[in-house]
Amino acid sequence: MKKFTNSGNIDTRSGFGAGMDELGKTHENVVALCADLTGSLKLNDFAKNHPERFFQTGIAEANMIGMAAGMTIGGKIPYATSFANFATGRVYDQIRQSVAYSNKNVKICASHAGLTLGEDGATHQILEDLGLMKMLPGMTVINPCDFNQTKAATMAIADYEGPVYLRFGRPSVPNFTEADGKFEIGKALHLVEGSDVTILATGHLVWHALEAAEELEEKGISAEVINIHTIKPLDDEAILNSIKKTRCVVTCEEHNYLGGLGESVSGLLAKNDPVYQEFVATNDTFGESGTPAQLMEKYGLNTKSIVEAVNKVLAKK
Amino acid sequence: MPNTKQLEDFVSQVRRDIVRQVHGVSSGHPGGSLGCAEFFVALYQEVMKRKKGFDMDGKDEDLFFLSNGHISPVFYSVLARSGYFPVEELNTFRKIDSRLQGHPTTHEGLPGIRIASGSLGQGMSVALGAAQAKKLNGDDNLVYSLHGDGELQEGQNWEAILYAAGNNVDNLIATIDLNGQQIDGSTDDVLNMGSVRAKFEAFGWDVLDIEKGNDIEAIIAGLNEAKSRTGKGKPVCILLHTIMGHGVDFMMDGHAWHGKAPNDEQLEKALAQNSETLGDY
Repeated sequence: MKKFTNSGNIDTRSGFGAGMDELGKTHENVVALCADLTGSLKLNDFAKNHPERFFQTGIAEANMIGMAAGMTIGGKIPYATSFANFATGRVYDQIRQSVAYSNKNVKICASHAGLTLGEDGATHQILEDLGLMKMLPGMTVINPCDFNQTKAATMAIADYEGPVYLRFGRPSVPNFTEADGKFEIGKALHLVEGSDVTILATGHLVWHALEAAEELEEKGISAEVINIHTIKPLDDEAILNSIKKTRCVVTCEEHNYLGGLGESVSGLLAKNDPVYQEFVATNDTFGESGTPAQLMEKYGLNTKSIVEAVNKVLAKK
Repeated sequence: MPNTKQLEDFVSQVRRDIVRQVHGVSSGHPGGSLGCAEFFVALYQEVMKRKKGFDMDGKDEDLFFLSNGHISPVFYSVLARSGYFPVEELNTFRKIDSRLQGHPTTHEGLPGIRIASGSLGQGMSVALGAAQAKKLNGDDNLVYSLHGDGELQEGQNWEAILYAAGNNVDNLIATIDLNGQQIDGSTDDVLNMGSVRAKFEAFGWDVLDIEKGNDIEAIIAGLNEAKSRTGKGKPVCILLHTIMGHGVDFMMDGHAWHGKAPNDEQLEKALAQNSETLGDY
């Protein structure tokens, strides 16, 4: 199978920061809003290089979202940033009315999503954000897998007109996608060809899916790995084509199985081509304090969990 | 420029439009709409700099945002009669397939509307963002917004009020419709807010009162005074003292007509008190 090389561990939020710094140079209408988390969102370079386009709102996320919506009136492309919990759940109605229903060109960019936020615990570890955002009509939902892809996605959404939720994270994780690669919203990426099972992964779980595919190959199981960086709109065609071949699927995400990628895939398959599915996701639970690796182990979101899920779904097939 | 008599005639027609819209679907919010009729007419017919036609960006003109979106009947009437869309369309208010939704929205592409409102407390932030965008664009026109007094109970307002003063957003004129009423009763009874003026001033705003908030000349004078205070480092707040239901005697004095439609007989009474000046839709 095709091998991927980790060019060095780095956090996806730094990919966001790098993308923002580039956008600062190339897109004069891009502005950034931040609610007292400039360093955590890696916006220091943007703030330093483009101070007139950097808006510090203080710890007031509701106002930040409303301001971002207002700034689109006048042609700005606002990137409203915070931790995923405070950028979605805390301000759901502001996003719903002022951004999504009003169809404003706001990019909601959220770091520290999921369990890998680590020690801060469940108050900060949102596992419901993909569901909250994908339920909003007209909202595009993107969850890139590494530094390079996050940087590319950050830049690509500036050229897309409409509201976007871009989700990334805190921990250093393998960086293995192409540097300065093209990011196509809604276009799933086939990473590994396989014939026995389809593994659909998003965000931090993509690397684990690749590791799982290698382990499975050693046991004679041919897994197809697809990177679903865009949860909405879902790349129906890529998924259905793969399922046609493998006849079973495992979905992998750092999110509750309710409302996440797995649920979107279930809906697609139920309507078109029902096959057995296993979910590598949290099971309707809150997180807790711990290191990212400990949490991903405890809540079943790592390479081992994906291998187990593949074995389970193959047994049913 | 229209004279006072012409503006008052305009207001009379707007009042008719308000009660007729609400009566037509037996739903909607006449009280606050009636109370703000003079304000909307003053703003759109006299004070705001407006371009011909409508584009979403609103560069090189003043902008207005309605935060308390439930008073959509007055907004729709004044927009239609100011040329943004056909007056006949008022007949579709709150009906299926209409651009005139219960609360204003951009979703159906109604000219004149730049943001959805209805869920309260969001308009100040939106107006702030638009004001900041104007500054970035080197556009020295102004941003106006209107908010209910009860609406100030929503916490997001105070985030915005804090931000605006802290960042010297001095191209914004936010008007509070101080009618002292909300759904459950008087604002004093529901949640006593004390002095709204003292609160805005404590946050660093420049505050002025329009005591006669249902007097067209007093409103124009107040808005012009507010304009003269922009560009001086502080956001400007107008406390507009209005009477809910103004212009229809049985709808005044209290909160009963906040969100209640008149029946046929009540409609006739209301229309008898406001003459048809520009032609009913």
